[in-house]
Amino acid sequence: MSLAEPAALPVATSAAPRLHVLKRFSSGFKASLPAYLLLLPSLIFLALFTYGAMGRVLIDALYQRTTPKAPVRFVGLDNISAVLADPAFTGAVVNNLIYAVGTAIPSIGLALLFALALTRTNAVTSALRAALFLPVLIPMVAAAALFLFIFLPNVGLLDYYIGRLLPVLPNWLGDPDIALSVIMVITIWKNAGYYMLFFLAGLQAVPEDVMEAAHLDGAGPFQRLRYIILPELKPTFLFVIVIATLNAVTQVDHVFVMTKGGPANSTNLVLFYIYQQAVEHYDIGKASAATLLTLAALMGLTALSFRTLANREGGP
Amino acid sequence: MTLIDRLWKDAPLATRNEITPKLGFVLTVLLALVWLIPFLWMGVATLRPPSDGINLMAELMPSLTPTLDNIRDAWEIGDFPRYTLNTTIICAGILLVQFVTITLAGFAFARLAFAGKTLIFYLFLMQLMLVPVLLIVPNLTLVAQLGLYDTLTGVMMPFFASAFGTFLIRQAFEAIPTELEDAALIDGAGLFQRIRHIYVPLSMPSFSAFAIISVTSHWNDFLWPLMVINSPDKRPLTVGLSVFTATAEGTQAWGTIAAGTLMVIAPLLITFLIFQKRFISSFVTSGIK
Repeated sequence: MSLAEPAALPVATSAAPRLHVLKRFSSGFKASLPAYLLLLPSLIFLALFTYGAMGRVLIDALYQRTTPKAPVRFVGLDNISAVLADPAFTGAVVNNLIYAVGTAIPSIGLALLFALALTRTNAVTSALRAALFLPVLIPMVAAAALFLFIFLPNVGLLDYYIGRLLPVLPNWLGDPDIALSVIMVITIWKNAGYYMLFFLAGLQAVPEDVMEAAHLDGAGPFQRLRYIILPELKPTFLFVIVIATLNAVTQVDHVFVMTKGGPANSTNLVLFYIYQQAVEHYDIGKASAATLLTLAALMGLTALSFRTLANREGGP
Repeated sequence: MTLIDRLWKDAPLATRNEITPKLGFVLTVLLALVWLIPFLWMGVATLRPPSDGINLMAELMPSLTPTLDNIRDAWEIGDFPRYTLNTTIICAGILLVQFVTITLAGFAFARLAFAGKTLIFYLFLMQLMLVPVLLIVPNLTLVAQLGLYDTLTGVMMPFFASAFGTFLIRQAFEAIPTELEDAALIDGAGLFQRIRHIYVPLSMPSFSAFAIISVTSHWNDFLWPLMVINSPDKRPLTVGLSVFTATAEGTQAWGTIAAGTLMVIAPLLITFLIFQKRFISSFVTSGIK
């Protein structure tokens, strides 16, 4: 695998940009104009759909608008307190936390195992990597369609092959105690191969000769892992944890296809709750308040991801 | 036996008769097989005659009398050619506009000095930090106000600017020796000519990496088009598949669902199998889809 290029992105290049024609001007607005014009197309869309959207969430959260046509009414922080008092929202937050931890740890663990086992490049390992990476490429909706049958009670793939060994066949997606775990299995299946790529990239940084020396000194596989490989992979871990957490908050397509948040809200996740408020209840105020709270909660994480990404390659 | 020998030889770090790395490798092989089961089922179920009934639906042994009936049914029930066309338009439209915006912005960041450069750079970075998926509600309102609700343009618009693409292209442009540009300058080439004839052709690997990431993520996007699109004939593949699945699930037509799913994921999977290396390195470069 060629994982070569991305070194750190310096914010300002040390060799100063040499645009000779422009250099003759002092660095005032006039000199900057061509750059601004080149940036304008991007800035227009960023302004509309990123900064503007952010501002709009802040404002919309302060108003009540329950139908598209109804007059808006200023309600201050009422939406926020309504969302916080809504058991569906707090439930979704708890579900999302369980879901985040319950998907991140297994998928990262598996990703590390896969990467360690498949570091060498040859026909066999390439085929295995491809097999593990395939789920990453398919839409979550398609994964959900396949797993709907896998977890179908009685006739589904799981019950057909393994379920018979159980004393009682569970209704995988219909049982509030199990449904969230089922959703998590799909996410682990879908993401482990993705995180594997980053560990494979990270493992390339482990110096061959250090490993060899450790070997000669009699360090076993676990000691080499503990004292050489894992320290080297620390930035990768941080990076993958950030992505896994963001995925846990932003991937909800399978919830939509498989359970619609049910049974009994047991698989409701925060983003799906936001969708429900906005699209099913036309409650833009409440949806915005929930968005705002989620964004605020992710702020610590985004600060972290900012640092990690900046160290890595300037970001996604 | 040769395959086993080969697998064994490939077990990593297994040079000194250590058992743990070998076990890890064996476990990985087993899990890779487990990982493929949903795909295997999809293929087998697609070709299984509906007459086999629901009780054989989970059988992973392929039917001895394979049929294309499920594919035909899926083709007739869901409007897959239309969904495919819509998805293609969305992905191509986004990518074309992105190519323009990221090339221009990437060039500005890579080669021009201007007032407020750092500030604007951070404005771009902010797009990565804000988790755009979470901004669906304000963006839906905006798209509606622009009169773009239920249009493919409405689906595309939020992605026309890409901070990730800008950074990727900026990095590629920075790696190009300025001497090349100097020569073009002497020949009297204008700004756009230099971008078009020097920077872009020399940065093709970065453009193709970006294209892979962009197309994959928008090909698979679901929630946003679901919110923007109302008319059945404007649905992209993912939304079409979800409606199709919901319909077919009621009739327990699992063979048809498998066939529909296969049709939705086949284009990307085939492209991946052909350009495997390139896909994988693009995903590593990108960090985030």
